[in-house]
Amino acid sequence: MMKHIKTIVGKEWAEVFKNRMVLFTLIFMPLIFTILPLAMLYFTGQGMDEMASVTTADVPAEFLSVCGEGMGANECMQIYVVNQFLLLFMMIPVIIPVTIAAYSVVGEKTTHSLEPLLATPITTFELLAGKSLAAALPAIIVGWAAFGLFLGALPLIGVTRAVFAYIASPTWLLAIFVAGPLMAIAAVNLAIFISSRVNDPRTAEQISALLIIPILGLLFAQLAGVIVINVMVMMSFIGGMALLDVGMVYLGTTIFQRETILTRWK
Amino acid sequence: MIETKQLTKIFKIKKSPDVPAVVDLTLSVAEGEVFGFLGPNGAGKTTTVRMLTSLIGPTSGAAWVNGFKVGEKDQDIRRSVGILTESPGLYERLSAVKNLAIYANLYDVEQVDRQVEKYLRMLGLWSRRDDPVGSFSKGMRQKLAIARALLHEPKLLFLDEPTSGLDPEAARLVRSFVQELSEQGRTIFLCTHNLNEADRLCDRIGIFKSRLIEIDTPENLRKKLFGRKVVFHLREINPRWIDSIKAFAGVENVQPVDEKLVVSMDNPQVLNPQIIRMLVESGADVQFVGELRHSLEEIYLQTMRETEQEGQA
Repeated sequence: MMKHIKTIVGKEWAEVFKNRMVLFTLIFMPLIFTILPLAMLYFTGQGMDEMASVTTADVPAEFLSVCGEGMGANECMQIYVVNQFLLLFMMIPVIIPVTIAAYSVVGEKTTHSLEPLLATPITTFELLAGKSLAAALPAIIVGWAAFGLFLGALPLIGVTRAVFAYIASPTWLLAIFVAGPLMAIAAVNLAIFISSRVNDPRTAEQISALLIIPILGLLFAQLAGVIVINVMVMMSFIGGMALLDVGMVYLGTTIFQRETILTRWK
Repeated sequence: MIETKQLTKIFKIKKSPDVPAVVDLTLSVAEGEVFGFLGPNGAGKTTTVRMLTSLIGPTSGAAWVNGFKVGEKDQDIRRSVGILTESPGLYERLSAVKNLAIYANLYDVEQVDRQVEKYLRMLGLWSRRDDPVGSFSKGMRQKLAIARALLHEPKLLFLDEPTSGLDPEAARLVRSFVQELSEQGRTIFLCTHNLNEADRLCDRIGIFKSRLIEIDTPENLRKKLFGRKVVFHLREINPRWIDSIKAFAGVENVQPVDEKLVVSMDNPQVLNPQIIRMLVESGADVQFVGELRHSLEEIYLQTMRETEQEGQA
């Protein structure tokens, strides 16, 4: 079984990574999402002196709860700002697998390569698992690598211990290491579902990217001061994503059946 | 090798009437046979191949392929047959070697590199092994797709329109390769529109349009539809000779066409010498004698016409 899954993953990567659009999404988007918060932290750190007058009154009241005791107002302000960027890291596992899965499934449809593939002894589970892993793994690895790069660069741009400790806190770790993979799974299955109904990878990508909406919801809710992303919020988000995953995997496996693919996918 | 009993596939489409693609198909294909499956576009040929390769399930009826029952031992069926689908469906960005290696692994071939090399050499693609398939001509792609179907050395091959869209030279190469495969003892189920191809390659032919209309050897189909006809080319025709030929037991009809007499008969081997002797003794100058051979195209069109007339009636 593993041999078949590995073959599919290898095939997908060999094909899909030759696509410039996929490569761009895979390399540049995470880089931008990593550099942006670093730059923001660097410049807010540089302006610490000017921010000496910043008081806790300048930080939204809801946010003060996440700032530790003894943390300066300016550090708290930095955390407030960088907390918005946490959501950028959460977008990586959505956007990358959507791009890969859209190109991989729609690509197979347009070149009619699914039929000979389905005629091999591969099982539907192996094929779906191979395609899902091929799309989700790079996203998860790149997401983790981007976060690792971000963490590694923090001391270099002179953030305080308190800010570093907050960024390496359970909230962020849960977001990157648990919520990220869960979002990747949902994204892959949504992309497969959408791809089964369209013949253009870009359309599949655009529709599947709707999965960003819950993240944007979190972002705007936080910006509006309705919520502050903390461990509780993240745990609830993870719970919701896990439920969504169950539904999406069910949808994906329902749609990814030999007969359905050959007779209904147009 | 292949056995079907009232195999039926009806597609149910929401808010539309059901589409019966294959109805009550009963046939058997023996080991080593080249079986031609002929029918117009949309006749259900591809649906039949898809059912027999366990890609889609039948609505009713049953089928056995290589001893495995469709719907029960689907993976065993897929492992034991090779299929050339209507479109080659290759990975255009990948090389020929990579394309084949992927399939060799999926078919659990033990010596992947050896099998890939064997078929690339056999089909004359070895020198282009590392080139992306997107740069290949249509004929080369078709050959690569055939190689892909053979990697796991299946005894039974399904070829869906193997020469469709190929130039005459590429089509000839593919045909001679199919002939070679048949000589190796492989069973071939050939769907084709090319009636000359079917005539040349197939041991038996099934004419199909949702239902199996006729099934027999090309020769028997000719006999069944047109009888056997012999053409006698004469310098000139004397009307008396027509009556004399009609008097032979076994002669069904004599038709004068220009300086020729077209004689329908059931046993030319016996009757031809007698007729020639009679003609020569009667003073006729016999220039040539030959059998009038109807092409498979004529057989096919005649069968389709009759089916349509029956349908209208």
